Amino acid sequence: MLRYALGRVVQAAMVLWATYTVSFVVLYRIPGDAVLERTRYEPTDITAEQMNTLRAEYGLDQSLVSQYLHRTADVLTGDLGRSLVNGRPVVELIGEALPWTLQIAGLALVVGLFFGAGLALLANYVQAGWLRQALLSLPPLGVAVPSFWLGLVLLQIFSFRITWFPATGHGGWRTMALPAITLAIPIGAQIAQVFAKSLEQALAETYIQTARAKGLGHGRILVGHATRNATLPALTIFGLVVGDLFAGSVIIETVFSRNGIGQLTAASISAQDMPVVQGLVLLAAIVYVLVNLAVDLTYPLLDPRVARLSRPVPSGA
Amino acid sequence: MIDSSPPRTRRHRPPARLLVAALAAVTLGLSACGSGSDGGSTDDANAGSDAAAVRGGTLTLAVGADPISLNPQGGGSGTDPMGANLVDTLTAQDPKTGKLRPWLAREWTVNDNATQFTFTLREGVTFSDGSALTAEVFKQNFDDIVKNGAKADSAIAQFLGYDRTTVVDRDTFRVEFKQPNVAFLQATSTKALGPLAPATLALPFEDRARKVIGTGPFVLDHYTPKSEVVLTKRAGYAWPAPTRTNTGEAYLDKVIFRIVPEASVRTGSLVSGQIAGIVDVPPQDTDTLRGRGFQLLTRANPGIPLSLYTNVSHRPLDEVRVRRAIARALDPEQVRAAALSSDFKVATSSLSATTPGWTDLSEQIKRDRDEAGRLLDEAGWRRGPDGIRQKDGRRLALTLGYAPFFAPSQTAVEEIQVQLREVGIGVDLQLLTNPSIPAGQTAGYYDLTFGNQSRADADLLRTTFSTEGTNAYRLADPELERLLQDQRAAADPTNRDKILAQLQRRLVDQSYLIPLIEFTTVIATAKDVHGVSQGADSRIAPLNDVFLTH
Repeated sequence: MLRYALGRVVQAAMVLWATYTVSFVVLYRIPGDAVLERTRYEPTDITAEQMNTLRAEYGLDQSLVSQYLHRTADVLTGDLGRSLVNGRPVVELIGEALPWTLQIAGLALVVGLFFGAGLALLANYVQAGWLRQALLSLPPLGVAVPSFWLGLVLLQIFSFRITWFPATGHGGWRTMALPAITLAIPIGAQIAQVFAKSLEQALAETYIQTARAKGLGHGRILVGHATRNATLPALTIFGLVVGDLFAGSVIIETVFSRNGIGQLTAASISAQDMPVVQGLVLLAAIVYVLVNLAVDLTYPLLDPRVARLSRPVPSGA
Repeated sequence: MIDSSPPRTRRHRPPARLLVAALAAVTLGLSACGSGSDGGSTDDANAGSDAAAVRGGTLTLAVGADPISLNPQGGGSGTDPMGANLVDTLTAQDPKTGKLRPWLAREWTVNDNATQFTFTLREGVTFSDGSALTAEVFKQNFDDIVKNGAKADSAIAQFLGYDRTTVVDRDTFRVEFKQPNVAFLQATSTKALGPLAPATLALPFEDRARKVIGTGPFVLDHYTPKSEVVLTKRAGYAWPAPTRTNTGEAYLDKVIFRIVPEASVRTGSLVSGQIAGIVDVPPQDTDTLRGRGFQLLTRANPGIPLSLYTNVSHRPLDEVRVRRAIARALDPEQVRAAALSSDFKVATSSLSATTPGWTDLSEQIKRDRDEAGRLLDEAGWRRGPDGIRQKDGRRLALTLGYAPFFAPSQTAVEEIQVQLREVGIGVDLQLLTNPSIPAGQTAGYYDLTFGNQSRADADLLRTTFSTEGTNAYRLADPELERLLQDQRAAADPTNRDKILAQLQRRLVDQSYLIPLIEFTTVIATAKDVHGVSQGADSRIAPLNDVFLTH
């Protein structure tokens, strides 16, 4: 188990380093820079000397390799640099945006899990074939609907027509409801899809027949026996779900005018604000890695066979 | 001059209210006479006021873009509507005439070749922290801008060749340049050159983004990035611009600017009454809002219209006949019909009609598709098998770069692509980020770029087309350069206008610039919002005239 965990941690560190490096190279190779963006209105009268002074202050005058080494050294000490657009520390910008995104993403995850898992259980519980089919056709619909459109439709109905919720703003649960629901629908739908399928497979296993033969009720078998085994595949997509929460926040935060990681990402990409983009890439990578690490480490707890299988096999080399 | 009596409040007796209403009606009549000359239009009685001014209340407006920084000198989006409420300026540019009028400077003089500007300040002006506005403070501000260089990106361009500011006495100072800079005077009417309090200048540049102390009619309460900016009334404000009707404190207690990036959400919020106005209505929503009885203000931005900028440094656009053919082939009215609204006027010159010094060239830039074909034939470009013209085995295919700074751009460039295709010119559209546009232009990646530029002074043509600096359009035209420099040294306005007319003609004649449509700012407000207007830059003017009648 320790070896397994250690292997996973080393792998995670490699993923982080690779993400950071690749994104650095890609981002810094794009033509133009944030200094040009800032001075685009009157390019003639801002002298090359003035632009170069600013570039030097940001370290943009150095070679790519030198910038990479400097920035990497800073990142290892926890300093993500400063925004090229407003000069504020990247850590501060992310720290300011993150709570808003976590709020919505957390709420969306809870809602999505509750309704997604609930739908999957219900679909596998009901006996009537048509009802089951009807329930199972909901998740593909939820995955297919674009969040952008869904958010606007919800706003149109619940904010502009019946004014239950404000369209914009940050304060209180009323501003959180619509964005969280918009974000929760595709996520809940994904969970429902995978969980319903794996429940169905688990219910076809022989141990279920045994349980049935013992005279256990349908509900008891579903919750007590099938669910634990069906959780494993559903857990695998958890990493993907978290990724979707991040990606979805770009759209949700734009539609609902909320500050957060999504809007920060969109704004810093369009301004080529490299340190901020890099900070966000790193944040996304860390979240991915941590979630997948947590998932990997949870497998053996749920299913001891995983740990046994991952023991090293002696090789000939 | 119309309403110099103090504004009445709701508590006044009926006769007084009647009197005010009568005065307001006069104001309305006069402003109606005046409209048309300022190039703007108002659907309703917004610019004047059909109701007695009411004190108090909170105005909530939606704006599409985050200001990033509220420091008018730089670091922000450069186009935010908030900063102009926090600072005042030396001069005020009258949107009706384009002329500069005294404001913080009660008078000024300019020497013959526009290298020295002497300003005398009005008395009694203070910053919201209580400190006094003096000549010394202006010197500190201007020196600070130069010291910060490109960081002060909204202001620094006006200080090219800055020598020094000399304080003559407590209220008089002289700004000296090593080279002519006639446009500096107009620049003193823009918020970028509005004075900040010494306490603000003492902060590192980055920290000023959310701590701006000015002399303006409002003070900054707070700015929450990507969410809102809240301003409150400056108590005791008594030095409004001569272009304002309210001579005292702002009527409103508080202004909330909500940052709402999605245009349809701004419109929905206004229609459902969650906000009282939008400072940047997209063209697709203007009809809806008009239909629902909202007040709309429209005015073309001064400066360079939405245009195609050509890269003349290599084939095929190094040849003037090909550039002219593009200009003749394009039908701006079709572009407007496809992407914009009737509020946007077809361009009549290389400057929009709201720019001081504009000259009407609409005859020269008329569409003529046959002429376009003839020009291309003459230049040796013949139709190939795929309909695209060819010459020496090379197809007439151009790259067109555009940035998504304005949503309808996409549709506009697609329409341009279709129109050019009809005369046998192929266009490859390339969507770019804002910073990669200038980088790509300088490197000569694109044959054409699509965009506009706003400034209420024609010196914008020099900063755009001069070969002195980055020379983004890779021009080499001594005649053009001479005109660009001459207008800069022309302190006499009549003489300068003459040079500017030649300049606009040269740009259009050589088709360095292919002007299409005047970029237009559209503001919408609810019926109970009064006194909203657009400044000489067409952006929403400071809100000290605005009041609410609920």
